[in-house]
Amino acid sequence: MHIYILKRVLAVVPVLLGLTVIVFAIMALIPGDPATAILGSYATPENVARLNRDLGLDKPLVQQYFIWLENLLHGDFGRSYSLNRPVLDEVWERFSATLILAGAALVLCTLWGLLIGIWTAARQYGWTDRLLTFVVLIGISVPSFWLGLLLILLFAVELRWLPASGMFAIYGGGDLPDLLRHLILPALTLSVVATGVIARLTRAAMLEMLRQDFIRTARAKGVSERRVLYVHAFKAALVSVMPVIGVQAGFVLGGAVYIETVFQWPGVGRMLVQAISTRDILLVQGGVVVVSACYVLFNLLVDLAQCWLDPRIQT
Amino acid sequence: MADVTAALIARDLGKTFGGGRTLLGRRKPSVSAVRGVTFSVAPGETLGIVGESGCGKSTLARMLVGLLPPTVGTIEIEGRDLSDYTGHPAAVGRLVQYVFQDPISSLNPRKSIRQILEAPLIHLLGMEPAGRKARIAELLDAVHLRHEFLDRYPHELSGGQAQRIGIARALAAAPRILILDEPVSALDVSVQAQVLNLLADLRRAYDLTYLFISHDLAVVEAVSDRIAVFYFGRIVEMGPAEEVFGVPRHPYTKLLEWSTPAIRRPRRRTAPENCTDHESAKFSGEAAAAELPDPLCPPPGCAFAARCARAEDDCRAVMPTVTLLPSNHEVACHHPLD
Amino acid sequence: MLLAVLGVALLAPALPLAHPDLTSPADRLKPPFSDGAILGTDHLGRDLLSRLVWGTRLSLAVGVTAALLAAIVGSAIGIVAGYLGGRADHLMMRGVDMLMAFPYILLALAIVAVLGPGLLNALYAVAVVNIPFFARNIRGATVAIAHREFVDAARLTGMSGLRIIGSEILPNVMPVIVIAMSTTVGWMILETAGLSFLGLGSQPPQADLGSMLGEGRKLLITAPHASVVPGVMIFVIVMSVNLLGDGVRDALDPRLRSGALSRPAAATRVERTDTPEMKPTGALLEVEGLRTEFQVGPRVYRAAGGVSFEVAAGECLGIIGESGSGKSVTALSLLGLVASPPGVITAGAVRLNGRDTLSMTGEQLRRVRGGQAACIFQDPLATLHPLHTVGDQMVEAIRAHRPTPRREAREHAVSLLRKVRIPNPAACARSFPHELSGGMRQRVGIALALVNDPDLIVADEPTTALDVTVQAQVLALLDELRRERGLALVFITHDFGVVAQLCDRVAVMYAGRIVETGATQEVLARPRHPYTRRLIACVPEPGRGRRTLDAIPGLPPSLDALPDGCAFAPRCDRAQAACRGGEIALRRDGAHSVRCLFPEGAAT
Repeated sequence: MHIYILKRVLAVVPVLLGLTVIVFAIMALIPGDPATAILGSYATPENVARLNRDLGLDKPLVQQYFIWLENLLHGDFGRSYSLNRPVLDEVWERFSATLILAGAALVLCTLWGLLIGIWTAARQYGWTDRLLTFVVLIGISVPSFWLGLLLILLFAVELRWLPASGMFAIYGGGDLPDLLRHLILPALTLSVVATGVIARLTRAAMLEMLRQDFIRTARAKGVSERRVLYVHAFKAALVSVMPVIGVQAGFVLGGAVYIETVFQWPGVGRMLVQAISTRDILLVQGGVVVVSACYVLFNLLVDLAQCWLDPRIQT
Repeated sequence: MADVTAALIARDLGKTFGGGRTLLGRRKPSVSAVRGVTFSVAPGETLGIVGESGCGKSTLARMLVGLLPPTVGTIEIEGRDLSDYTGHPAAVGRLVQYVFQDPISSLNPRKSIRQILEAPLIHLLGMEPAGRKARIAELLDAVHLRHEFLDRYPHELSGGQAQRIGIARALAAAPRILILDEPVSALDVSVQAQVLNLLADLRRAYDLTYLFISHDLAVVEAVSDRIAVFYFGRIVEMGPAEEVFGVPRHPYTKLLEWSTPAIRRPRRRTAPENCTDHESAKFSGEAAAAELPDPLCPPPGCAFAARCARAEDDCRAVMPTVTLLPSNHEVACHHPLD
Repeated sequence: MLLAVLGVALLAPALPLAHPDLTSPADRLKPPFSDGAILGTDHLGRDLLSRLVWGTRLSLAVGVTAALLAAIVGSAIGIVAGYLGGRADHLMMRGVDMLMAFPYILLALAIVAVLGPGLLNALYAVAVVNIPFFARNIRGATVAIAHREFVDAARLTGMSGLRIIGSEILPNVMPVIVIAMSTTVGWMILETAGLSFLGLGSQPPQADLGSMLGEGRKLLITAPHASVVPGVMIFVIVMSVNLLGDGVRDALDPRLRSGALSRPAAATRVERTDTPEMKPTGALLEVEGLRTEFQVGPRVYRAAGGVSFEVAAGECLGIIGESGSGKSVTALSLLGLVASPPGVITAGAVRLNGRDTLSMTGEQLRRVRGGQAACIFQDPLATLHPLHTVGDQMVEAIRAHRPTPRREAREHAVSLLRKVRIPNPAACARSFPHELSGGMRQRVGIALALVNDPDLIVADEPTTALDVTVQAQVLALLDELRRERGLALVFITHDFGVVAQLCDRVAVMYAGRIVETGATQEVLARPRHPYTRRLIACVPEPGRGRRTLDAIPGLPPSLDALPDGCAFAPRCDRAQAACRGGEIALRRDGAHSVRCLFPEGAAT
């Protein structure tokens, strides 16, 4: 067991390395003079010269990569030219906001997704099943950025119950209740699609497991139907649902790009969109590396949880 | 034994899975599925191979038709080394064919029976459409199936019918040798008898050589001239059918025979007659460790020693070699039964 | 609905609409249903309806193209990797894993960042991001198919690797590709719309639905219709594509077609039209006129068609038959364990100690199951819960019937494991089922059945999956246990040899009915029913040398079209006209009963 865990943890290292290679390659693929492209509208001659020196762009590509990687490991992600501050500082600040938003959404979608999935599977073909299955279908079909706009219209503009944008109120905000009030709408919007996906999958996995022979054995033992459903079938279904929760974390982190734009949430997603439109490539690079690494680490956690749940994996 | 005109000869054949090194140079664990197997089959003869799951009999079968390359050893078909045919799979296919265990899954569900039977005629023999039509009709007659089956799909057939198609496909290119890998284990007894009889008829009609693999001793006995008993990747006993099961010399063969339930030999709760009390206890279920050795670290001596009542120290230390007994009966045991 | 959307999108150039990019500052931000613009106009006075139709056209085209692109490239990678296996597979899949290490949309953003904003670039980005999904799925499906025997068979018929991929693998993987595509098109439309919404997709004046929404957003409060309308359109498209995808999946997935995904109820449905009168015989188990059917669509398969038998305390009854004879269904019906749907018990009674299990409430039945009557099943790997230890599964069975302290239950479980001769039972109790060998697992299955000291054990082919030497041990163990504890045993098998070794009495089933029953020795030595006689003659017997077997010609009848009279008549050489009509009763002759008008040994 410990050896397996160690193996999984070590396996993350090449993935993280590969990730940096891809990000680096993307930057190297930018057509034309990289320094000019990176600097975009800030490409004054002295800036171009400084960047070329900073990045060692006169050296071979492989060497450039290792220099870049070394800087990365020292926490040096370069300097954002549009904001004129170190990339890492900016990304770090923004990332905590994204983490709050995405984390809240992930908790919401996991809880609701599992609940709805079990619920509908237990009442297959009943009216609750039909109704919830339809609601779930709506959930996975609705564009989240549009849903966000509708919710703003309803709760912020019409009803004036909740704030429409930002993370804190501009005047007198800053405490936890204030944060929560700001969090409700974006987290809800962000979780809708993932809830639908998890619910559908949980329902299918539960139904699949309920047909297995070991369920028949449990019934033949005289185990109560509640236990059959909520212990025997659910635990087995969780084995196939768990990796999907890991994948959904990716969707939620990515989806944050839209939601942060809609709700003016000061997270990495909105920073990335702005950076792309101002072509601040170093900022894009830093944001992508940090968010992706976080996603990889989250999936490592999911893997380890999976291994704890399913002893068959280790062999 | 080393007949020049033998239809099929295997010499010191072995297959190891896994092994090699990882990208980092560490040794990967390896499993020897078949080790040092030597036998020959005369033309027109049926060699039965019997053994329990995991004994390597299917790996052997797949090597004999070229689906798996052997790790060591040679296979000769009608005097020519199988490795001479490398790059000419069609040439091998015209000599040896294979009948699979699961009749339904050995047929592509998206092809009609006609397409399935045409494939070997096109790819192995390069036949023209007119010739193919005549040959397919001939094949269906040979396996006693009505011609209307041609436009059906595998899922519309019963297990027995599907296995007949499997046999017809194997016969299509008029091979000399058929490797039958558990051809009746997926079938019900009444259908199993039909297929076994069909196989016997075909052997006579086309002068075929069979290698018949099964876990069921009674089935193997009903069809074979000679029998080889497999245990843990090796032949432990081989000889004429009536000898091997009439007077088994290897304790494992004896155990197999004793364990096979039989209608006319009811209610036996004691072990074979020539056993001591201690052995009897081992046979009748006390030997809870009735399992194969760990293939990742095989024992140095006889693989059966842990289950064998006759095992002594030499059995656990030294691998027994093959001893030739009268009437072409071979046994690999330090202390064979007499 | 999707058809309507598609139709409008395709016909866009032919429809009498204003030019979508025609600006008219005078008509800015007209509300919906105003003159000349049913859906109103946007901030540049462009007609929203017209823009909507053209935008839909563009969004659909981009989404579908991206899906096609991703499907083709991804499937190609998946098929090649899955078919080749080994190192090539390893390398390709590691690459795919690497792409999957990025959160989905982030990778698309990075690609757009490099290529620059634009609809075509957004299309590429979305396609690339989806390639890993296809590659993984299709590889999985390919690996499953490449290991099937028909692929080996194709190799032996001399086909080349490329031809095998084309003619053997691709047709079988195609449904998976289509399902994957139909379920992701919706996503891709959403994602391209999303990129446009962020201003990274289509650039003005060209507009797809996403960029319309993006423009509308800036006027959210003054002119909500400008963002609501395109949003509704995206929602409608994606929803109908998803519905279509579900439909495609249901149509192509054979498991769904057969209704097999239905959740089996806690107990088999009982809809009896006739319940036999009680006539107590004092036997432990009395089964009378049991009829179990499978109702699949319009077809009714009569798996057990009026089965009656008795088992006395301590007796072992063997029920023998070929596949489809109804032997397992009969056994599972006793405790209501036949999956339902599609199984329904339509007639008969099953009395255990005089109480009809078929009329019990759920709670009553639960108390009987695993209490008075326990079951042993065929494949112990599939029938034990894979995620619970052996000990926990046994403790659960004990505590479901008797409130026992966990410790005590655990000790009881270990002592039973010792009883079934598992070496080191305490360690076994801590193991998971997959860590044990087949023989050990079946011993665990037996121990599990014994936990509450039942009066009756129903064993459904418990040794079929085992090797003969292990089977011999398990049979010896079962025999010993039932004698020691006075257990009654109903033993289902297809093997006459096993029956001969274990059972006091035997019942032979054919096409859902018992055709002959009597003392084992008597039935095996002097079978009266022609089916029994000929079935025994088919069995190869060890020690009888090489011989031709007396096969029974033909096949058993299909259970949804059983003939009148004797179901065996079409294959029977003794059949006469009388055999083909009317009900033939099971006639008793001492302890030996036979359902035949012209039994063996009688004058014909």
